[in-house]
Amino acid sequence: MSVTMWFESYWPGLKSEVGGKAASLGEMTGVGLPVPPGYAVTTAGYRAAHDAADLDATLARLLHGLDTSDTAQVSTVCAEIRDVIRTMPLPAHVEERIRLDYEQLCRKCEVDSLPVAVRSSATSEDSPDASFAGEHDTYLWIRGDDAVVDAVRRCWASLFTDRATCYRVEMGYEHRSVDMAVVIQKMVRPIAAGVAFTLNPANGDRSQVAIDAAWGFGEGVVSGEVTPDNFLIDKVLLEVTKRDISNKAHEYRLTDHDSVEKATIDDDRAEKPCMTDVQLKAVASLAKTAERHYGCPQDIEWAVDADLPEGENIILLQARPETVWSKKPRESVTGGAAKDPMASIVSTLMNPLYTKKQ
Amino acid sequence: MADRFPSPFDIETPEGAEGWQDMYVYSSLFSESRREFEDSIFWFQDGVHWPKVMTPWDATFYEFAIASLSQYNTRHLQVPPANGIAFRILNGYGYLTPVPADPAMIEARVANFMDRAGFYFMNWNDLYDKWMIKIRDLVKELEAVDFEPLPEIEDADRVVKSGAGLGSGYRIQENYRTLLDLSLKLWNYHFEFLNLGYAAYLDFFGFCKEAFPGIPDLAIAKMVAGVEVDLFRPDEELKRLARVALDSGVAEAFAAGDVEATCEILKGSDAGRAWIASFQESAEPWFNFSTGSGFYHSDRIWIENVEIPFEFINDYIVKLQAGDDLARPMDAIRAERDRVVNEYSELLATDEDREAFQGKLGLARVVFPYVENHNFYVEHWSHSVIWRKMRQLGEVFVKEGFWSEPNDIFYLKRTEVEDALWDYYVSWATPEPAAGPGRWPAIIDKRQKICDALRKWKPVPALGAPPEVITEPFTVMLWGITSDSVNSWLGGGDLKEGELRGMSASPGLVEGPARVIYAPEQISEVQQGEILVAPLTAPSWAPIFGKILATVTDTGGMMSHAAIVCREYGLPAVTGTGFATTTIKTGQMIRVDGNNGVVSVIG
Repeated sequence: MSVTMWFESYWPGLKSEVGGKAASLGEMTGVGLPVPPGYAVTTAGYRAAHDAADLDATLARLLHGLDTSDTAQVSTVCAEIRDVIRTMPLPAHVEERIRLDYEQLCRKCEVDSLPVAVRSSATSEDSPDASFAGEHDTYLWIRGDDAVVDAVRRCWASLFTDRATCYRVEMGYEHRSVDMAVVIQKMVRPIAAGVAFTLNPANGDRSQVAIDAAWGFGEGVVSGEVTPDNFLIDKVLLEVTKRDISNKAHEYRLTDHDSVEKATIDDDRAEKPCMTDVQLKAVASLAKTAERHYGCPQDIEWAVDADLPEGENIILLQARPETVWSKKPRESVTGGAAKDPMASIVSTLMNPLYTKKQ
Repeated sequence: MADRFPSPFDIETPEGAEGWQDMYVYSSLFSESRREFEDSIFWFQDGVHWPKVMTPWDATFYEFAIASLSQYNTRHLQVPPANGIAFRILNGYGYLTPVPADPAMIEARVANFMDRAGFYFMNWNDLYDKWMIKIRDLVKELEAVDFEPLPEIEDADRVVKSGAGLGSGYRIQENYRTLLDLSLKLWNYHFEFLNLGYAAYLDFFGFCKEAFPGIPDLAIAKMVAGVEVDLFRPDEELKRLARVALDSGVAEAFAAGDVEATCEILKGSDAGRAWIASFQESAEPWFNFSTGSGFYHSDRIWIENVEIPFEFINDYIVKLQAGDDLARPMDAIRAERDRVVNEYSELLATDEDREAFQGKLGLARVVFPYVENHNFYVEHWSHSVIWRKMRQLGEVFVKEGFWSEPNDIFYLKRTEVEDALWDYYVSWATPEPAAGPGRWPAIIDKRQKICDALRKWKPVPALGAPPEVITEPFTVMLWGITSDSVNSWLGGGDLKEGELRGMSASPGLVEGPARVIYAPEQISEVQQGEILVAPLTAPSWAPIFGKILATVTDTGGMMSHAAIVCREYGLPAVTGTGFATTTIKTGQMIRVDGNNGVVSVIG
């Protein structure tokens, strides 16, 4: 088993080695839903590090005779275990692989010291302790291979939070039986971002993808602070059928010290469409894929990433079912018995559609 | 913003065009005697088919065509809400107005229409087969019409001893009447199917718009459009001939510069002679193809101006040599059409909707070959023969000293040609000097000056008070006239300076230098990478679509012949902008947004 796995190499047989989070990212990548690029450190990586550091012996020693009702003791012991894990040396092949893959990700995005998110990917989602594993295990804006390796260890350490550890002791589970994979994924740096519906929210038209887009991070669009550019794209032809360009007075953008701030946009840029037609089509195509994949109308968040090459720079941030039109029963156009074709032609001539006005 | 267009009675005669009314039959003019009717309604200029000044004889097809359309709507089929279309000529340009049916009569008309139109839809393919036979027979009859100078003495066997009792003097007049009869027959045939075809198309169109309010018109056209269409055949023949030239090793002959030199080289080898034979095979009928709409005697016809197809063939040879295979990817086109149909079908709400969708699409596809193909048989092939025959007759008059150029005949009204023939016949029979040579040159000269003066006049796009909304379905489909376009003609709308709005006839967004072309003769000026701006485009311009980035026209709707071809060639197109050729200058950078039907001058 490899130490790492790129999202695009995922197949379902790997699920137990890469955990739920990475499996889901891999699955999405595989069906054409472009999540931010990245890779996972597999359980094999963790296991190799675990064994090399002889963690079993350390755990046996430190946990011997632990009284789970003594919160002070639990806290001290668990902190010590986490310290051991955070500082343990990694086997050379594991560490090298993590570093090489990070460098490859940097090259792919053409950014030195690419900021990434490092988060745990639990492998035993069905077991109750899985829910503890995810408590403090997301690290954002990690830059550089040293920091990445460090964050991976910190994720592993989160297996030994006080609650998770007590739970396993009380239930009599083997600490050795718990595993963890870790996801390393590019932080999105949006030129523009927004939301998309796989139907026209104004009239429920399923042939259209509605896109709201503004400069920078999507927060402004989601919260309604910025009046976004609004587009409709035909789902089948993937042509822009309607566009309303707004004055987008401000944007959320990245500062030099990796935080997001609200900033004013100069008039010239504010009035400009924040999306090209190629980007709009890519977002629509992405929304359409999500709708197919999940089998119902979707409400997605997306971004145009500044670092990825054109053609791969549309990123899916979140997909959830659309809830307004999806709950209404869909109305048949023929409405009742199928009409006689001649009667229908007469009615077409008598009630020209241009009077109905779309 | 104005709320109405000028009254036809307030339009002034351009300087130098005084007396233009004498060029046309009185019934085609606005007149005091029916002013109340004419002043109460909305007229639009038909720039789709008649974008230029009509010479007196050229008004024939205008009158025959619109009258035939009307007759079918009103008297044959009883299209429930729509009677015919009234037509007038003003300052040389055609103005139309749809005449609605009396609301009280609509119920009775519905029953008749269901019976009559229903019969056509039920038996479409059989009737269409019959139409093809009728139209080919008609072309044969047209070809048989012959105009030769009258003989010094009639043939003894063929005329005198045959007992026919009729001679050349009778025949030449009969032939002209036959030509007119066949022309009217042609236009009757043209409308036997056309509006029914559009009605079935509109029904499918309406269904799609109701199910998917945002669906682009283009998507609907794409689902219905045929893959192999006779209108594309002339262009396909050019490509075929280019390939034959290369395969048989005679391609260098086309670099010779002109047709004569090329033919000399070709005649010098077996392969070259075989190529010429192959060309002649394609030419009949496929190069009976007009560079314009086919409605003007001045439109050049490939078969009469072989330098046009030769130049296109040479362009194709160059492209083939550069590695372009020129082939239309039929399988890919079919697969794309199926994909579009399947995806919209899947998006429908219910199985019942899907069934109705398939049914309407099925009917639209049954009727559509007529809509797509008739244009070749009527406006191109048949008209080409008629123009040719008329020029032959014109030549006879030239020989007899009536006027100096064969094309001068088109400055006579069609009834005046009968008068001139009568004059010629009498002078031949007697014999005595004909009166015509002393009469016609001055009239023709005067009318040529009038036409020149009229050509300088910019026709107003419409006359009278527009209805609140344009509802007449054929007006929208065939002429591309909507409430929006009327508003923009009136100077309203939310357009910015330097922007024109039209119909999004073919999708895509490009920027490039404009090339404004006013007449088909200019199309050789078009350079690689330019955007074509023209009053309208004709299907026969297809070969230059390989050079241009996009097309902008003054007139035309979604289903105009030009729009069909633009979509076929995958070029962005905005049609029906009203003023593109008068607003845009050659060399200006323009942006053509075929998705939204907007053209902007950007530099």
